[in-house]
Amino acid sequence: MTRGARTAVTDGDAPTGPHRPPALPTARGPVSKAVLDVLRQAPGSGVPPIGQAPDPWGEDAQLALYLCYELHYRDLPGVDAGWEWDPQLLALRARLEEAFLAALRTAVGDPGSVDLAMDAVLHPARGGPKGPSALLVERPDVERFREYVVHRSVFQLKEADPQALLIPRLAGRAKAAVVAVEFDEFGAGRAERVHARLYADLMRGLGLDDGCNAYLDRVPAPMLAVVNAMSLFGWHRRLRGMAAGHFAALEAGSSPGAARLADALALLGIDDPACTVFFTEHVEADAVHEQLMRREVLGGLLEDEPGAAADIAFGIRVSTLLDDRFGAHVREAWAAGRSSLRGGPLASLAAR
Amino acid sequence: MATWQQPEHDGEDRPPTPRSAACPRGITVVPNGPVLIEGPVEVAMPDGTTARSERVVVAVCTCLRSRRLPWCDTSHRARPRRTSARGE
Repeated sequence: MTRGARTAVTDGDAPTGPHRPPALPTARGPVSKAVLDVLRQAPGSGVPPIGQAPDPWGEDAQLALYLCYELHYRDLPGVDAGWEWDPQLLALRARLEEAFLAALRTAVGDPGSVDLAMDAVLHPARGGPKGPSALLVERPDVERFREYVVHRSVFQLKEADPQALLIPRLAGRAKAAVVAVEFDEFGAGRAERVHARLYADLMRGLGLDDGCNAYLDRVPAPMLAVVNAMSLFGWHRRLRGMAAGHFAALEAGSSPGAARLADALALLGIDDPACTVFFTEHVEADAVHEQLMRREVLGGLLEDEPGAAADIAFGIRVSTLLDDRFGAHVREAWAAGRSSLRGGPLASLAAR
Repeated sequence: MATWQQPEHDGEDRPPTPRSAACPRGITVVPNGPVLIEGPVEVAMPDGTTARSERVVVAVCTCLRSRRLPWCDTSHRARPRRTSARGE
């Protein structure tokens, strides 16, 4: 509600905004339809069986999983918050999670050692396919930049929230350091510096709706999988090693990407601090966070629980895998001259 | 290796309390990386300006490849003999 203090500039495509009642997203298949149908009822009114679990990488499963997790983070429009701990819905979520985790294990294969997994994040192979940030520097385009920002909004508007779930699951120096990183993420005591708030500023600066889930219908499975993996690792204590590894990879990979996106904005001639600060802050902050995550969080956790090494390495590999899959999705769409969002291009900035 | 320690806090935020011998400021030298210093930190720059960071931990560049000196921007990751220091 605090964001309402400044008038949101609403994109023509966004289904929500200050003057329009927000709506639940559109189903993408039978399972997400079943979840959306039950969420419109009262908690405890039953969840129909879903039969065979859908393709874990598909739009249907990823949206259904995203909705199940979203109940833990915030209100969904018109949905009774009591669904958060509804046993039948949790049972459905568990089936989706099981299939997703199995798919991740298959895709990652042997994660190898923590050091090797982290080295792949710190020193990505040269000449590999370009990710969205490199493509935006290579060919700056404000509409593509806005698309990228819309994709990332499903995580960045709740940045650091899934990772906060690690705190009670760690001890000693791992706990102390993850709290230090999260303190920074949450603005170091200043609401206007909370990273999620900086992202909302960025969205408004680019003429986008900063409302939570305003673009959920637009965001495809490869991006939903990125945020669903964070939630999967975060909401299960037994997966804390994966959560720690994933968070470390996220922080270690972020600085160079943020620097490229800051460069892309500069090339576009956008110097509005509302847009630039999110990226320049991340270049500096994540250089520090990388060190704390690797040395203190992973180092501390491995000292406390040497058996966590395989899960930590797996978490790191999952972060790389899902970033690469998302990057490939965006790259292929842009190479074909298409929008990388569901439902085609956004209303252009110039047309507004 | 665990040289970073939470400083004692006396309730005053600024200016930072001078460290006593019982609670020295922790500094960690990262091999081939930045120096980590408990914040807040003020760095007197050669041009006479002062750079200030209020983070709990600050990473100060030592490779001098950073585009955001005096702060680390992870440019040290670039392999030696690379000509471009911009990102990876």
